[in-house]
Amino acid sequence: MMKRVLLLVTAVLFMGLAARSQFSEMIKKSEVHGSFEFDGAYYMPDDVIGITDSMINGRNFAFNGFGNITYTLGKFSAGIRYEAYLPPLAGFDPRAEGQGFPYIWASYTSEKFSFTIGNFYEQFGNGLTLRTYEEWSLGYDNSLNGARVTYEPVRGLRFKGVYGMQRFYWTPYTKNSRGIVKGVDAELDFNQVFKKMSESKVQLSIGGSFVSKYQADQDPLYKLPRNVGNMAGRLNFGVGRFNLSTEYAYKINDPSAINDLIYKEGQGFLISATYATKGFGLYAMFKRYDNMSYKSNRAITANGLDINFLPPNTETHTFMLTSMYPYNTQPNGEIGFQFQLNYKVPKKSKLGGKYGMGIAVNYSQVNDIVRDPVNVPGTDTTATGLPGTDGWTSPFFKFGKTVFWQDFNVEIDKKFSKKFKALLQYMYQTYDIATLEGHTGMPTVHSHIAVMEMTYKFTSKNALRWEVQGLWTQEDKGDWAAILLEFTASPHWFVSVSDQYNYGNPDEDLSIHYFTGSFGYTYRTTRIALTYGRQREGIVCVGGVCRAVPASSGFTLTVSSSF
Amino acid sequence: MKKTIILMAVLFLGFTMYAQESSERKKLPSVNIKTLDGKTFNTQDIYNDGKPVVVSFWALWCKPCKKEMDAYSENYEDWQEETGVKIYAVSIDDARSTAKVLPFVSGKGWEMEVLLDPNGDFKRAMNVNMIPHTFLLDGNGNIVYQHTSYYEGLEDELYELIEKVAAGEDISNH
Repeated sequence: MMKRVLLLVTAVLFMGLAARSQFSEMIKKSEVHGSFEFDGAYYMPDDVIGITDSMINGRNFAFNGFGNITYTLGKFSAGIRYEAYLPPLAGFDPRAEGQGFPYIWASYTSEKFSFTIGNFYEQFGNGLTLRTYEEWSLGYDNSLNGARVTYEPVRGLRFKGVYGMQRFYWTPYTKNSRGIVKGVDAELDFNQVFKKMSESKVQLSIGGSFVSKYQADQDPLYKLPRNVGNMAGRLNFGVGRFNLSTEYAYKINDPSAINDLIYKEGQGFLISATYATKGFGLYAMFKRYDNMSYKSNRAITANGLDINFLPPNTETHTFMLTSMYPYNTQPNGEIGFQFQLNYKVPKKSKLGGKYGMGIAVNYSQVNDIVRDPVNVPGTDTTATGLPGTDGWTSPFFKFGKTVFWQDFNVEIDKKFSKKFKALLQYMYQTYDIATLEGHTGMPTVHSHIAVMEMTYKFTSKNALRWEVQGLWTQEDKGDWAAILLEFTASPHWFVSVSDQYNYGNPDEDLSIHYFTGSFGYTYRTTRIALTYGRQREGIVCVGGVCRAVPASSGFTLTVSSSF
Repeated sequence: MKKTIILMAVLFLGFTMYAQESSERKKLPSVNIKTLDGKTFNTQDIYNDGKPVVVSFWALWCKPCKKEMDAYSENYEDWQEETGVKIYAVSIDDARSTAKVLPFVSGKGWEMEVLLDPNGDFKRAMNVNMIPHTFLLDGNGNIVYQHTSYYEGLEDELYELIEKVAAGEDISNH
């Protein structure tokens, strides 16, 4: 496959070369863009956090890097990405080690039609049936390698078709090593397609997708479905300031390592509503996933080879301590909801002052679904979730007793003058660490978190920003305090120091300071940053995927650029 | 196989380097993304009637990005009056929070054009490694300046460039 892609790319390039008179003209119309990044680390032993020389085992240096080149000539474009993990940074999957060209593609795009061969990223609807994407900071890439066609006969009516197999680190595809994925998607926008509705106040669009994966059945014990279909329908409806969006997905039975080989069908449901007017926004959503893991290899349990994407319904926090316990979707079953209110207290009001004041309130909760036992085939007993059974039955709208997650947070930000602004955040969190991090038996973490962030501008270019944070909990590692100081000189420089102190750790030997210092330089699209310090053990999540980061100590250097 | 790939890659790189040298223009690619009410929007429709355009990538989870947008928002009225500039704020939030972008933007009172790029298609096509990443286009749609990361006060530097571009100055040696 890859060879064929390359041949095509060269053929096109050399066709251009052959016609020499046209060559310079072609070059003039060509566009080339690219980007690269280098993330290097030097790890050092650190007794306090338990990193010894033998653990590092000579691998003091680690680096992840990529380089990306895209070429465009009118309707034709092609691209290639080089990646290297030599060896990967701490916390990245060891299977990432190596280097190569995992992303090679060429495509032709006209007004109504597009055709791509090679590696590509695609999403149908919210991703409940299919989403391929890459997230560099997590080392995650589930791109499809194959072909994609899109067709738009009239503006507002779109069809897509995809076919291929997914990337799994550096493991090449061999027969039966993983599944083959194919899918189609259609979307109809009533306001664009029907002239009568083009000026309508009502906005309406609908869509549907069907995805199927094929994987051979090599199980000695069970007869497994070789083709597993996953289908979804979606709707987007808006009137004036009100908007409603929903998607429902149904997957046929798909026994896998994730669901412990149960023959149950899967369901996914998302609905969200918003009301927005200037200075005020309201958001409410409900979701439910029941046995919705969908991978192109049923034997895989960790991140990787996901065909679909199950969006979490919780706020993404980014302060040092509010992001200590991040949420992570439970594909076997979860039910939850979220509310958010954004309000801007107007300028020149009593509370708003000269610049106004922002208020954001957010609440999210995720519970387990209810699981009722089913009959065990060939016996007269019942059980829940046993391999070879139908798993469980579950009432659709009923919340299970186990609370996986709860987050109530309020954020207020206010600019006091041209020079000074501040932000305050309070958060109450419930975090089922036993389920979400697999620390079986550990009690659920209940924590109160407070953050204060202030920025003072000395001149139009120089500013100091500082954060003071606290996390208070009886569980897990106990109480934390954190501070951060950052000085920026626009447009080029920053220097920052921070410390996270686990002062309330029940084990006094583990009351550790995690100190870091960093500085960086930015010139246009090139950024260089160097950090020295101690990294606490934790979880980094982007979107719906998380990566555990082990504790480490040392230097990290990031160089990133694009053109 | 491996040798072929490396050879091809080197050839491709060499060719693109050559093309890069002689390339005359840098325009926005054609990518289908979404508007805040869920409509499909082609990025080649980013247009401002011969006046400068700013395209800035941000996300709800990116604090410096939100500060940058706040800074643009505070100045937007003045900037528009003086230069006619139009700002497109492209959110790369994924399906987890695309629906939250509209109420957030309204709650903030931002007046910029906001677009959604939930699977990073536009971001990839623009070679954006990290956000915030801001592009400045002249009246003919040529990308004349770009910058990554945001520090307090950076908006002033950007505005100086917008003024120059609006006045038809060449800022390629800036």
